[in-house]
Amino acid sequence: MTHVKTLNGATLKNSAAHGGCGECQTSCQSACKTSCTVANQKCENQK
Amino acid sequence: MVHTFHCLGVYIAVDVYSGAVHILDKTAYDVLNLLDETALDGECPDWVFEKLSGHSREAVGAAWADLQELQRGGLLFTDDSYLDPDTAVLMQQDAPVKALCLHVSHDCNLRCQYCFASTGDFGTGKRMTMEIDTAKKAIDFVVQRSGSRRNIEIDFFGGEPLMAMDTVKAAVDYARSLEKSHDKSFRFTITTNGVLLDDENIAYINREMSNAVLSLDGRPEVNDAMRETVAGTGSYDVILPKFQKLVAGRGDKDYYLRGTFTRRNQDFAADVIHIADQGFRHVSVEPVVGSPDCDYTLREEDLPVILKEYETLAEELLKRDDVNFFHFNVDLSQGPCVIKRLRGCGAGCEYVAITPDGDIYPCHQFVGNEDYRMGNVWDGTFDMELSREFAGLNIYSRPACQDCWAKFYCSGGCSASNLLVNGDIKEPNEFGCQLQRKRLECAIAMKARQEISKKEG
Repeated sequence: MTHVKTLNGATLKNSAAHGGCGECQTSCQSACKTSCTVANQKCENQK
Repeated sequence: MVHTFHCLGVYIAVDVYSGAVHILDKTAYDVLNLLDETALDGECPDWVFEKLSGHSREAVGAAWADLQELQRGGLLFTDDSYLDPDTAVLMQQDAPVKALCLHVSHDCNLRCQYCFASTGDFGTGKRMTMEIDTAKKAIDFVVQRSGSRRNIEIDFFGGEPLMAMDTVKAAVDYARSLEKSHDKSFRFTITTNGVLLDDENIAYINREMSNAVLSLDGRPEVNDAMRETVAGTGSYDVILPKFQKLVAGRGDKDYYLRGTFTRRNQDFAADVIHIADQGFRHVSVEPVVGSPDCDYTLREEDLPVILKEYETLAEELLKRDDVNFFHFNVDLSQGPCVIKRLRGCGAGCEYVAITPDGDIYPCHQFVGNEDYRMGNVWDGTFDMELSREFAGLNIYSRPACQDCWAKFYCSGGCSASNLLVNGDIKEPNEFGCQLQRKRLECAIAMKARQEISKKEG
């Protein structure tokens, strides 16, 4: 490809297969306390 | 759904449902902006060439082919195949409680003007600290309600939690004593203004707390204009050396220097940089939570300046590798799973706040709002109906999120903020949404710029 560079693949689709264990950090506990963000949370299931 | 944007000099496409992110050149960007998901079949049609007559025919044709390849590879115009909305609403009912915001103190030794806790007492007029027995009851509550969840988070919050250090220590000891017998792992966080930090409690925090959130707004004049002592003097000079000492002894444990910006310091990039220049790597400076009638509350008319300021900050942070800005920290490849992303913060179901009296609220920002008092740890009450209402909140059940490209990054926003601004926990605060989307664009564009530099370097 000459006009496009993929920075990140279909990771969201892939995560659906192993997701939902619920062990990850609660979003608001990490720093914010006022502005919910989840995209910067760590997955506890990553090996 | 595909979102295209131009930020920090880079053209980018986000394929919302796959999570794929692409860096485009201007030709591919212009082609993509003409298309919808049905339009990439076959050869590039004449109307596209005609519309883009400013580009060479060869380049447009090649860009079309590249985009077509992405679509065929499941990286562009992918479908939302995760859940139907009805299932999404039902998915988290009777969810275990696994995180507590433990208000060990409804008293504070600062009088910050913007405090959503009304400088400590949450508007109750009653300044108090939590008794040790209440803290233990709260720990019992979360252990009982956490079901099979192993990881439990406790954030010591206030008011100012260092004013109740005896309760903090007793709660930590008690929780640790239950870990083995109940197969739980507790992680503790403390959110402090730093005034009472001394060698002893710095050592304690660095030993026991997996995360420390340290409140400082930035430049001395910005911090001191809002974060005053009870005597009305500035707090910057008192707390900065204490935070530096704490962080110096923290090793690789998490911490955040956490500030607030208001409409009085819309040039908040300078505050982030100032904090970083004092030796702090992990920084979060966030928009104030305030009612519309406060003079420091951000207004619609401030948006252009604030959005531009996020870009200014992103450009500054690209010049250095010693700062982790919380809101630009997006893990594109190994972040949370899609299930987590559509559920959001978990307030009111997975996460609750407990006051010194033992009252339970959906989160720290609801404390003091009687309509949302969920129960009390002493009498064992817990309003499951309200818990289910919160559990049902996700990106499929919030109507305004349906067409938003950022929904898998923000998960529908903050219920407390929605209530404050719109009077409805379900209706997103559009002002906050606009900031969120801009932060995400900056975060993704920073990744793109770093990738481009890597290739060129």
